[in-house]
Amino acid sequence: MSSELRYTANTQLEHLHARYTGTGHADLTKYDWLTHQHRDTLASIVGHPTLTSFLAIADGESIGRVKFEMTERMLQPCGPPPRKDDD
Amino acid sequence: MHLYNLTLQPPTATTQAIVGNFSGARQQEIIISHGTRLELLRPDIQTGKMSTVIATDVFGSIRTLAAFRLTGGTKDYAIVGSDSGRIVILDYDPRTSSFVKLHQETFGKSGARRIVPGQYLATDPKGRSVMISAMEKAKLVYILNRDAAANLTISSPLEAHKNSAIIHHIVGLDVGFENPMYAALEVDYTESDQDPTGEAFNNAEKMLTYYELDLGLNHVVRKWSEPTDPRANLLVQVPGGQLASSDRFDGPSGVLICCEDHIIYRHMDAPQHRIPIPRRKHPLEDPTRGIIIVAAVMHKMKGAFFFLLQSEDGDLYKVTIEHEDEDVKSVKVKYFDTVPVASSLCILKSGFLFVAAEFGNHYLYQFQKLGDDDDEPEFSSTSYPSFGMADPTVPLPHAHFRPRALENLVIADEIESLDPILDSKVLNVLPNSDAPQIFAACGRGARSTFRTLRHGLEVEESVSSDLPGIPNAVWTTKRKEDDPYDSYIILSFVNGTLVLSIGETIEEVQDTGFLSSAPTLAVQQIGSDALLQVHPQGIRHVLADRRVNEWRSPPGKTIVSATTNKRQVVVALSSAELVYFELDLDGQLNEYQDRKAMGSTVLALSIGDVPEGRQRTPYLAVGCEDQTVRIISLDPETTLETISLQALTAPPSSICIADMLDASINKTQPTMFVNIGLQNGVLLRTVLDPINGQLTDTRTRFLGTRAIKLIRVQIQRNPAILALSSRSWLNYTHQNLMHFTPLIFENFDYAWSFSAELSPEGLIGIAGSTLRIFQIPKLGTKLKQDSIPLSYTPRKFITHPGNHYFYLIEGDHRVMGEDAANKRLDELRRQGKNVDDEMVNLPPEVFGRPKAPAGTWASCIRIIDPIEAKTVALIPLEGNEAAFSLAVVPFSARGGELHLVVGTAADTFLAPRSCSSGFIRTYKFTDDGAGLEFQHKTETDDVPLALMAFQGRLVAGVGKALRIYDIGKKKLLRKVENKTFSSAIVSLTTQGSRIIVADMQESISFAVYKPPENRLLIFADDSQPRWITAMTMVDYNTLAAGDRFGNVFVNRLDSKVSDQVDDDPTGAGILHEKGILMGAPHKTKMIAHYHVGDLITSIHKVSLVAGGREVLLYTGLHGTIGILVPFVSKEDVDFISTLEQHMRTEQSSLVGRDQLSFRGYYAPVKAVVDGDLCETYARLPGSKQSAIAGELDRTVGEVLKKLEQLRVTTSGF
Repeated sequence: MSSELRYTANTQLEHLHARYTGTGHADLTKYDWLTHQHRDTLASIVGHPTLTSFLAIADGESIGRVKFEMTERMLQPCGPPPRKDDD
Repeated sequence: MHLYNLTLQPPTATTQAIVGNFSGARQQEIIISHGTRLELLRPDIQTGKMSTVIATDVFGSIRTLAAFRLTGGTKDYAIVGSDSGRIVILDYDPRTSSFVKLHQETFGKSGARRIVPGQYLATDPKGRSVMISAMEKAKLVYILNRDAAANLTISSPLEAHKNSAIIHHIVGLDVGFENPMYAALEVDYTESDQDPTGEAFNNAEKMLTYYELDLGLNHVVRKWSEPTDPRANLLVQVPGGQLASSDRFDGPSGVLICCEDHIIYRHMDAPQHRIPIPRRKHPLEDPTRGIIIVAAVMHKMKGAFFFLLQSEDGDLYKVTIEHEDEDVKSVKVKYFDTVPVASSLCILKSGFLFVAAEFGNHYLYQFQKLGDDDDEPEFSSTSYPSFGMADPTVPLPHAHFRPRALENLVIADEIESLDPILDSKVLNVLPNSDAPQIFAACGRGARSTFRTLRHGLEVEESVSSDLPGIPNAVWTTKRKEDDPYDSYIILSFVNGTLVLSIGETIEEVQDTGFLSSAPTLAVQQIGSDALLQVHPQGIRHVLADRRVNEWRSPPGKTIVSATTNKRQVVVALSSAELVYFELDLDGQLNEYQDRKAMGSTVLALSIGDVPEGRQRTPYLAVGCEDQTVRIISLDPETTLETISLQALTAPPSSICIADMLDASINKTQPTMFVNIGLQNGVLLRTVLDPINGQLTDTRTRFLGTRAIKLIRVQIQRNPAILALSSRSWLNYTHQNLMHFTPLIFENFDYAWSFSAELSPEGLIGIAGSTLRIFQIPKLGTKLKQDSIPLSYTPRKFITHPGNHYFYLIEGDHRVMGEDAANKRLDELRRQGKNVDDEMVNLPPEVFGRPKAPAGTWASCIRIIDPIEAKTVALIPLEGNEAAFSLAVVPFSARGGELHLVVGTAADTFLAPRSCSSGFIRTYKFTDDGAGLEFQHKTETDDVPLALMAFQGRLVAGVGKALRIYDIGKKKLLRKVENKTFSSAIVSLTTQGSRIIVADMQESISFAVYKPPENRLLIFADDSQPRWITAMTMVDYNTLAAGDRFGNVFVNRLDSKVSDQVDDDPTGAGILHEKGILMGAPHKTKMIAHYHVGDLITSIHKVSLVAGGREVLLYTGLHGTIGILVPFVSKEDVDFISTLEQHMRTEQSSLVGRDQLSFRGYYAPVKAVVDGDLCETYARLPGSKQSAIAGELDRTVGEVLKKLEQLRVTTSGF
């Protein structure tokens, strides 16, 4: 959703990106992509009861704890963003 | 290949439970979600037992449920949030006993996605609106109302989105009749996503945000947002609002925020109160580990309310709030009781607590008291400075309690649940059983069990007594028509009859009017107060005043068979004549003037009960030696005329006409069934047309090896049929559908209903010279479970080729092994610390074990005798080692001597997977397999997750490497290795020199071992990445597997490739072939795919009925047991697939998910027909049934017969 999008002919695109969180675009960085992937995966794990049970059994935690930790991890699943090379 | 998927045991895990008056009656019911199934349970307040009212598959994944009631209403509705991208409001219709979809509003894409709502639901306590939320950003509010005709209406959605906010939980606030408000726990990630220093992430605040629905403006506003504890995970509604009639406030309103270690009371513009979550003072507990609340329930009583919160250890806390109007004075918490960790708690107004356990059996508890005046320590917010909020960043000092046995609750009922099934085997080890049993390793932690599942109904015996001789039949009878209970037991012996009277004791009586010097053929309570005995020489009609009218059989002829009901008697003479009697209005038994000559010896007779309000039943069924059954009219106009005839394949041994309700045939009226038992053990069930007396819709079933005896009995005041052969079966109606299930009990020679004060719904049976009185307590269940307790979560188990023992490995993460725990305790004692022995010795199956840090393991190897149902030996693993795999290997280097090989690892961490060292332990069998002798252990560099015997050696999947080991003196010796697997090998199977390898993330590879060059080569793999959890070979080139996302699929290798690889002696050809798609040179083809909806944990190719077809049986983590049946003909495939298509249009999913897209969740469903959907055909209304049957060019009966046949011939269920 960088500035150049704003000047392209497809002005609706930015609106769509804002609406559908997690959608990729041409200038997506590796970090952003990975973060989106992880957030999607974590949300999917919390949303599927069999997967939370599976993880809870493997890890020896309660399902409630697994859901909580997964949701917590959505905040920053892949560590802090890389430093931007200032131009 | 085309497969038919059939669920034998639907999932039993409960992901959520809600309580409400769903049927609109005064009684409360519970709706539970089994993930893909909804079940309505009704607790019986008197007995405290739960019974299932209805259970339906929803063909979608249920993520959340909520109950709500419109203002002033008396009936609760259920709202479902699922993966369908729709919100659905369900109404339970008690008349048809089904869920009705009232509203279905689409708001987004299907699938459990991050920003599509469906994860959380919150309702306004006054039933005016509902909020449905996603994991991130999206929140929608729907307004609920009534229209003029008092129907429920739903508005279009109002958005309450917040960009880049992760939502932890939402709850509806209780604000009385002010504008509805919702509270949400949100974290914004915008800043942490931008800040490379990580500062913003560390300072990220968790916000408690109030959203207000302005009913006047039809608009949602963010009313208030304040940071709260960063480790908050759950919100609980606090009662509030003012009653219109009084000025009194129900409560202070606001929320309880459950955080790690703390509970905070919070409301807009009100001081906060913070209390610690009390914790156990276990010497081995890690004091730095926080505890969170995983389940909560609020209960309102007249003028008071309290909360029960449950920690992840299973401890229940009672939280109370002291308030004056809207001002909170204090928040108090105290320990209440310990119950299994729940996914949901429900409190019923009748004083019960339903605990839907997250794993294992569910429980219904009854409240004995509310913990009001005991000496449990109570922690109040007033004892901390500023109500515990002096410095919110600093945790409050730990509060402690002592866990103890239940004091406030008592168990009222237990609902068996297989969840989770972690491994299973199917085989027949029990003596005297003709069908295989399913052995399942179930449960988690200290509540784990090893269960034996047998197809059949559980029988509860109440009396067993020996008789002087061997009787050949038994009856019970009342004395008068309106007696509540039976008075006599009549036993017929070869040369006499014994009459016992039922009273305080059961004793012999003489003066009953029955003839005791001859055997008895039939006994009947006839007319209003008379008794009837049929014996070979005649019929005795014993009147109420003990006078006896006797009809004597003609000289030289005897009675060979008889059938009776309240008004009619038919006997067959040895001369193949039928004599018909009817009771007249004066209570006299009159013989019909003519006798009917049958022309062939009569073997069996039956008439049905007299229909309500009628004089007689119009049909008699006669089975003759010439292998026919004739239906003969008893109508006064056409008495003893033959109406219809059915030819049989063997002489009949018994016939039984019964009127039973089967909703698949007739929804409202019982259907008249003629059941014909043949001498070769086959049962025919035909429908007798009540209008013209024709026999239609014949279904056959093989019951056992003995000639069948059929007896009409009463089960729960409904007619049922007991069919006795080499197994005893019960045919009964449950939830309006017919069931046919074997009884798991001794075989009976004869049986009858038995009703006495102590056992009003019993049955009486004779087996040899023993008389048994028994009940069938759990109607509707198909699998009887017997369990053996285990110590830790079972991981895998195997059988031994030479004996009947099972070898099982157990392991628990974050639990200290017994040996390590004892060492630690000794150390503590040496340090002079006070070790509380009472805490240490708490039974772990109730209280669990203290949580240890990650990387700590407790594990053992167990030998189980499944016949005796007990543990034979237990070998604990020490040194923080945990077992992950095992195999029985006949090492050819030791002359084929069998060894048990166990793959273990020490100090294992799960993510990322690591261990200090993996080991392969080798044991010798001692005492015929009842013991193990340790030989040696071999170190490996990674966790050995899969082991298998292969050509007299061992194949091991050690992390990414596939290796072949041979046995040595001190160690296993590595012979050959292939390290090209991508993540970790989880499962192995073999045939010939082919080894099939399942990778954790990269599906299945075909490998081959070429001995001349000692090469282990991969020659084929899958083109799809699959996270395999279980697999089995179907044939040399085909395999079936299940993956972590609930799919089951079949892959096949091209037979040309297979031949080519087998013909290559050294494997040089494969070695030099070019790989395709960064993998092996050949790819397998997917030939079937299906989404089960449960994570597959094991899959087997077995035959479930003696002489039946082989099917694929799978078990799922949530307790599903299902089979995949291969179709035998193209016609069947066409027929059933067309039926499935019609069912898809007729039967729309209750959560609004499209059945086809659900079954094709991750990949389009291929070559598998959904049998669960097809079987709902039986529940469709009659008009729809016949419309579909018409489209298929069949009759309704034919469709139902086909469906039943598919189920019965392959599974016997």
